[in-house]
Order: sequence, then C-alpha cells, then structure tokens
Amino acid sequence: MDDVIIGLEVHVQLNRLKTKLFCSCPINYHDSEPNTHVCPVCLGMPGAMPVINKEAVKAAIKIALALNAEVQPFTVFDRKNYFYPDLPKGFQISQYDRPLALGGYVTIETEDGEKKIALKRIHMEEDPGKLSYKGSITLAKYSLIDYNRSGVPLLEIVTEPVMSSPKEARLFLNKLRIILEYLEVFDGNLEGAMRVDANISLKGGGRVEIKNISSFKGVERALSYEITRQRNLLRRGRVVLRETRHFDEVNNITVSLRSKEEEQDYRYFPEPDLVPIHTSELVDEVKDLLPEMPEEKRQRFIQQYEIGDNFAKVLVLDPKMADYFEEVALQLDAKLAASWIVDVLRGELNYRGWDFRVGWEKLRPEEMIRLLKYFVEEKITEKGVVEVIRTKLDEGGDIDAIIQSKGLFAIPKTEIERLCREAIEKNPKAVEDYKAGKKQAANYLVGYVMKVTRGRADPAETAKIIREMLSN
Amino acid sequence: MIGVAEWKERVESEKCYDLVSEMLERIERSRLNAYITVIENEALRKAEEYDKGELKGKLAGIPVAIKDNITTKGIRTTCASRILHDYVPPFDAHVVERLKAEGAIIIGKTNMDEFAMGTTTETSFFGVVRNPYDEDRVAGGSSGGSGAVVAGEEAVMSLGSDTGGSIRCPASFCGVYGLKPTYGLVSRYGLIPYANSLEQIGPMASSVEDLALLLEVIAGKDARDSTNAGRSFEFKGQTEKKFKIGVVKEMGGNDEVMGRFSEVLEMLNGLTDGEVVEVSMPSFRYALAAYYVIAMSEASSNLARYDGVRYGLASELDSWSRYFSKVRAEGFGEEVKRRIMLGSYALSAGYYGKYYLKALKVRTLVRRDFQKAFSQVDVLISPTMPSLPFRIGELADPLTMYKADVNTVAINLAGIPALSMPAGFVKGLPVGLQIMGDYFSENTILNFALMLEKRFSETGLIED
Repeated sequence: MDDVIIGLEVHVQLNRLKTKLFCSCPINYHDSEPNTHVCPVCLGMPGAMPVINKEAVKAAIKIALALNAEVQPFTVFDRKNYFYPDLPKGFQISQYDRPLALGGYVTIETEDGEKKIALKRIHMEEDPGKLSYKGSITLAKYSLIDYNRSGVPLLEIVTEPVMSSPKEARLFLNKLRIILEYLEVFDGNLEGAMRVDANISLKGGGRVEIKNISSFKGVERALSYEITRQRNLLRRGRVVLRETRHFDEVNNITVSLRSKEEEQDYRYFPEPDLVPIHTSELVDEVKDLLPEMPEEKRQRFIQQYEIGDNFAKVLVLDPKMADYFEEVALQLDAKLAASWIVDVLRGELNYRGWDFRVGWEKLRPEEMIRLLKYFVEEKITEKGVVEVIRTKLDEGGDIDAIIQSKGLFAIPKTEIERLCREAIEKNPKAVEDYKAGKKQAANYLVGYVMKVTRGRADPAETAKIIREMLSN
Repeated sequence: MIGVAEWKERVESEKCYDLVSEMLERIERSRLNAYITVIENEALRKAEEYDKGELKGKLAGIPVAIKDNITTKGIRTTCASRILHDYVPPFDAHVVERLKAEGAIIIGKTNMDEFAMGTTTETSFFGVVRNPYDEDRVAGGSSGGSGAVVAGEEAVMSLGSDTGGSIRCPASFCGVYGLKPTYGLVSRYGLIPYANSLEQIGPMASSVEDLALLLEVIAGKDARDSTNAGRSFEFKGQTEKKFKIGVVKEMGGNDEVMGRFSEVLEMLNGLTDGEVVEVSMPSFRYALAAYYVIAMSEASSNLARYDGVRYGLASELDSWSRYFSKVRAEGFGEEVKRRIMLGSYALSAGYYGKYYLKALKVRTLVRRDFQKAFSQVDVLISPTMPSLPFRIGELADPLTMYKADVNTVAINLAGIPALSMPAGFVKGLPVGLQIMGDYFSENTILNFALMLEKRFSETGLIED
C-alpha cells in the first residue's frame, strides 16, 4: 500500500511499578474497590503537591534505551490543560517540548524482510481516572468516577509516520509489547495496559487520527476500515477532512469526534511544582540493569543451543517462554526441548488462552524435564507425552501419577514381543496370507497387539517386530 | 501589640486559658473582620494543656493565626472563595505540622483576598478586612487578615503567603513586620496555590525577634515539596555588623510615602554603621507586567481543579461541561475570573511566545539585576507600598490595584527574601520599609531590621 501513511502514538502503563507517578499510592488498581488507592495528590486536593517517582523515571529510561532512543540530559514536566471529569486537577502532568527521549526505532519482520520503524519521541505522563456507568453507558443517568487509575505512570511512545499498512502497525505493536515485557516494567495482559492513537492519511487526503484504541486487533481493524473509507471518498472525488475519529469496537467502524477547527488548545507550560530532571546519573544506573533483549537472545539461542532460527524466533517472543526453554534445554537435548515447547506446549497454552507465565505454574520446567526424559528413554510415546501435558494443564496432579492412572507408560519391548508371538499363534490365517504375499495381512496382527494393549504399544515398533518374526 | 516575650511573661502570672479567652472575646467584639474561621474550642483546649504543662516547644502556648489558603486538617480552609466556602481539608500543611509540633495554639484562619488575588482583601467572599488604624481603610492584601490580627491583638503572630507582596503589603498597611522568605526555604506543601513559582509562606509579627522565631519554626526540609531547598533557618544576631545599603532608584511612591522614606534615608546616612548608595535596576520597568503574566498563567491552570466534582461548591447535575461552567460561574468572584481568563489567554497557542515566554525572559533579567546589586551591597531598601493604606472602595479599577504592587513583585520574580517593617506614620497611618537581601540571606536582612528597629525606637522616629 504505497499511498498509505500510518503513525502511532502508544500509551503504555508502567504497570509493574509499585507506586504512582507523583505519589505513593499503589498502582495495582484492577482488582480493588473504586477510589481506595487515592490520596490528596492523585485526587488533586488543594495544596497537595506532586513528587516524582524516581523508579518510574528509571523504568522510562530503561524503555527508551531498549528502543534505541536518545535519552535527553535534561527533561521537563509540563501541564496539559483541559477539562474532563476524570482529570482531577483540570490538567494532566505530561511532557511537551523537553521530552524524556528523542528518536529510536523498533525492528519488525514484514513479508518483504526487516523494516525499522523510526520513533519520534518518548515522554512520561500520568494516567487520568476512569469513568464508569451503572448499567449501560447510554441508559445510565450519571457517570461515576474511579480515581484509582489517576496518576498511574504512562509512557507515550510516538512513531514517525512510516508504516504503510495496518498489518505493519500490528507487527510494530506486537514487537513493542515483547520488548516492554522483557524489561519487566510492563504487563500487557492487564486491561488498559496499552492504548493506541493511530494517525492515517492517504495520498491526496487529510490526516485522520483515531483515538484511544485498546487492542492490537482493534488498531488493525480501525486502520483497515479507514483505508476503505478514505479510498472510497477519494475515488468519488470527495475530500478527506483532517479530523479526529473514534473507533467503535463493537461495529468495527470509525465515527467522527471533532474536526481540526475544534481541536483543543492545551496551553502547555512547565509544571511549576516539579523541578527539571537531569538524567545522566540515572541513565548510567539503568544501563547496567538492562536485560538481554529479544534480538540478542535469539542470536545467542542459535549459537549456544544450536537450534534453528525458526525455533529461536518463536522462543524469544515471550521472555517467560525463552526462560522456560533454557531451563529445559540445560537438562536435555536443546532441539528436542525447543520442538516440544514451541510446537506442543505453546499450542496447548494458547488453546487455553494462557501464556507462559501461567504455563510455568501449571507445568513446571522440572516436570517437563522429567516427562521428556521418559520420552527419550522410550518409557512413554509421543502421543502419551501430549496426553500428559493436556491432563496436567487441565487437572494438575503429579506427572507420574497421571502416567500411571492413564496407563501411559509404554509397554516394555519383551512384553510386546510376547504379544506379537501370541498374535501370530492365534491368527494362523493372517500368517498364511502374509507368507502368501499379502503384505497387508501384517496389519491385522499389529491391530491385534494394539487392541490387547489398548493402544499403548507403538504401532511402528510392533509392525517391525511382527515382520521380523514372520520372515524368520 | 502583644509580642511573644510579653505573652510569655503574662502567662507566668495569669493562666494561658484566661488570656486566650480574653483574646477570643476581643475577636468576637472586633470589627476588623480579620478571621474567616475562629477555632475557639480547640484553642481553649490547647491553652488548658499549656496550663497543665503538657504543651511543649518553641511556640508553646502562643496563639498563632493562619491565612486561610493554608490547609488545616479538619478545619475548613476557604481561600476566601465561595467555591471552597465549606471545604475541610484532609491534611495539614507542612507549616501547620511544624506549628503544632512546637506547641503553638492555632487560634483561627484569617481573611484574605479570594485565592490571594488582590491587594486589599476586597475580593474576599467574606468581606473586606478593616485596617486597625482606620476602619474605613483596608488592611492590605492579600494576607490582610494575618496583618490585622497582629496589629489588633487578635493573635500574637500569624502566617501569611506572599506571591507578589501579599505579606509585605498588609505588614506595611497594618504597621507590623512581615517576611517573604527565599523561594524554597519554607515548604509550600499545603499552601493552596495561586502562582506556584512565585509564592512562599512567611511569618508576620510585632517584632524582628518574633519574626525570626516563627521563621525558625516553619523553615526546613520537606520532601513533599519538590521546590524545597532542604535548608533550615537559625537566627544569628550580629549587632556589630556594618551594612552597605542600596536604595533602589526605580522603587518609589507618592509624596506622603516618599517624604517619610527620605527621613529614614537621612537617618541612615547619619549612621556610623552604615553606608548608603543608589542602585539602578533597569529591568524593573517590565517587572510588573511580567509578574502578572506569570502569576495569571499559573493561576488559570491551578484553579482548573475547582469543578465541583470532588469537593467544594456543588450544583444541580447536568452534562459535565455545563455543570463545570455553572459551578465555576457561581463559585468564583470577578477578580478571580478575570485572572483565569487573562492567564488562559497568555498561555494560548499563538500568544505563548508573545506573553509567557517573554515574561520568563524578563524574570531572568530581574534576577540578574538583583545579583549585580547584591555583589555591591548587603541589603536593598525601598518603600514597601507606593501609598498609604487605601480607603475601602478607593481602587475602583483592577489596573490601579495591580500597580500598587510595583515595589514588591520583582522580589518574587527573583525569588529573593524581603521583609517589610514599620517605619513610622503619616497622618496616623503606618508606612512600611521594604528590606531586600540576596538568596538565603534572611539573617542579614533580619539583623539589618533589628538594627533599624533599635534606632527607630531610640530616636523616637516611629512614634505617631
């Protein structure tokens, strides 16, 4: 799509910090009663003053460095003035002309190869509170406000307008999420953790901003809808107005919010209750804490464990999955570990809507190691391993107990040989047929063994033994 | 006026409880309208505690009044505005914590201009504060109540706040001492902001000694105010010091005030322990304009939180934007609305560079002028106010009122300390002398004021 230009503004909650951006209220608001994680500062009570949470600045610097951005030596907080019921001070403390970091990029893999998505700037700000309604938003007589979210640290990451398709936008967001999770400052699973404003324009049309989209799928759908809408307008010789639109996630359409003329004037000016931050010391401190990033990890996996890039690429998508792999790979053949984790365990977790953080608890790496050792020692079949994994995920319990109760331990070779002999003795007709040249008659004998063992025998192995016996 | 020393002496022989009761009765009878809220029961309870020997500290048993823009836990704090007329804060300001820790008796919350926006207290929702020397005149503003209670013996000392002269003006008009500390010396935590980058809480009292004592209590480190310098203050008397005094050419006044000021200058020239030179500060031409641009810009944003949602004046439910408009239209007075509008204008796109940024540049120039001056002299002096206390209603238009701050605002732009002390009377009305010093030179200006205080009383120069 050569004529499409997309830029994103991503609001990221630093939701793994302990406290809010300007006060010491806890930020884990998701499971708490409304308005219980509040104080005079985040409620904007008269006379209360903000104090910067240094940990939040450090987390922000960490992200900026990981995104290859240039952390500015001197950064300033500003007031963004506007009225809204969820905004307790009547302004949001944000950053304007002296943001935390400038530049940077994120590499994504498109069908045409790697592409660097350039970043414009990264700045810190506070989250407002949240409106909620009794019943539906249209029927409720009034709005309720929960200020638990007020003051939660946000990072706004702004890209240059360099993406050319909704899919690229989604790839960028996926990659960004992975990087943020690596830094251990962000949990993408929490509601509202990442909110996106998407800017899109087509050649010959005005720039349209779609506000506050809360899912990656939503971003892709909203952008696709906009491309169709704008293209139709342009085809019919109509004008695409510069405006702000809202994405309706239920009907998958965008609707106009306000035109450019109605844009607010935020009257930014430096927050006089905070002092500028000199970042150089913090940057030095944070640099040493920066973990291995996905790309580095991928290269290391390929070299250290000699696994294929197809596995390495997938393993680094989730730091928890990568760690899981390393735990298992240290005890077993790495290729075997990679294949079981990527091809089976990941699929089983996905199917249940879980990630590896849950996976880690449901099937601990040491249990996986034990299970795969049985497999290597041929004590359990491939099919058996899959069944144990499924049972373990769904019902829990001890690995050995599951194998025992389901009778999944593979039958010893001597027992299979005995059963094969038994099959030959009891089915002279089939033996006769086989010897007469009807090779498929062996299948009947294998079937007998399978039936007696209730499928626990390895069919290929059994067939091999029977053929050997019959040819003697 | 009753100073700390006299109060302590009387408490020795009489009961603190009786003295506080007497003061409360005086407040009850008073026509000054200096208090918005009197904290009778709690004040008497504290006095009783003192009498039992349970109240300890540097200010034990001393009645102190607090300007009503400083938050007091459980005691309504109105900013003299209708929009906060029933607002009860859930926390104490840092200075209030300090007062309580030192055993002070908080006797009441003083009247002021609405949100500290004014020079006369005429913008107060609770009515004007009358001047103790002439009830037809104003007590000055915005900390008019805090000035009047000291002069009217309705408290021993008080706290005010000073954004552009709001402590020094009422100190001058009421004939008391008032100090605006260096920006950052006293924590602003709990001071309901008018213009954050300009203001400080400061002491008002009936002598230099009391002023210094109260400053010692309220100054100091507070992590809740990011602009706090983390310094404490201790008063060190240096009676032998010889001062180099600068007179600011650009800070003047009308004939009545200047007449009095020249008499003071004459006395200073005759001193053997002083040397007087004239200092010129060219940036002052722009200081008043720059001050009002910055103050109003910050105010327009500070006052956005008063929307009737969480606290303060409420109104009939409506769509949120109509509700906000209604609450704010009913809750704010005319002067406050004017400043919000002017400030919003100065910050708006297209005008920001023309007004706000330009004002910041002037601010830098003013700072430089002061720095240059203090490389040559120890203290600078000027009349605090360019005129005698105004008659109530005399300042009909806002511009005339703004102009009355001409000698005081530059100090706040620079962030340096300045105090106003009584320098005698003209026509029975007090005249204030402003003494300015370099950053954190509170000891220097207090010592200079102490020297003058002594000279004035020796020469009888300040008698009416």
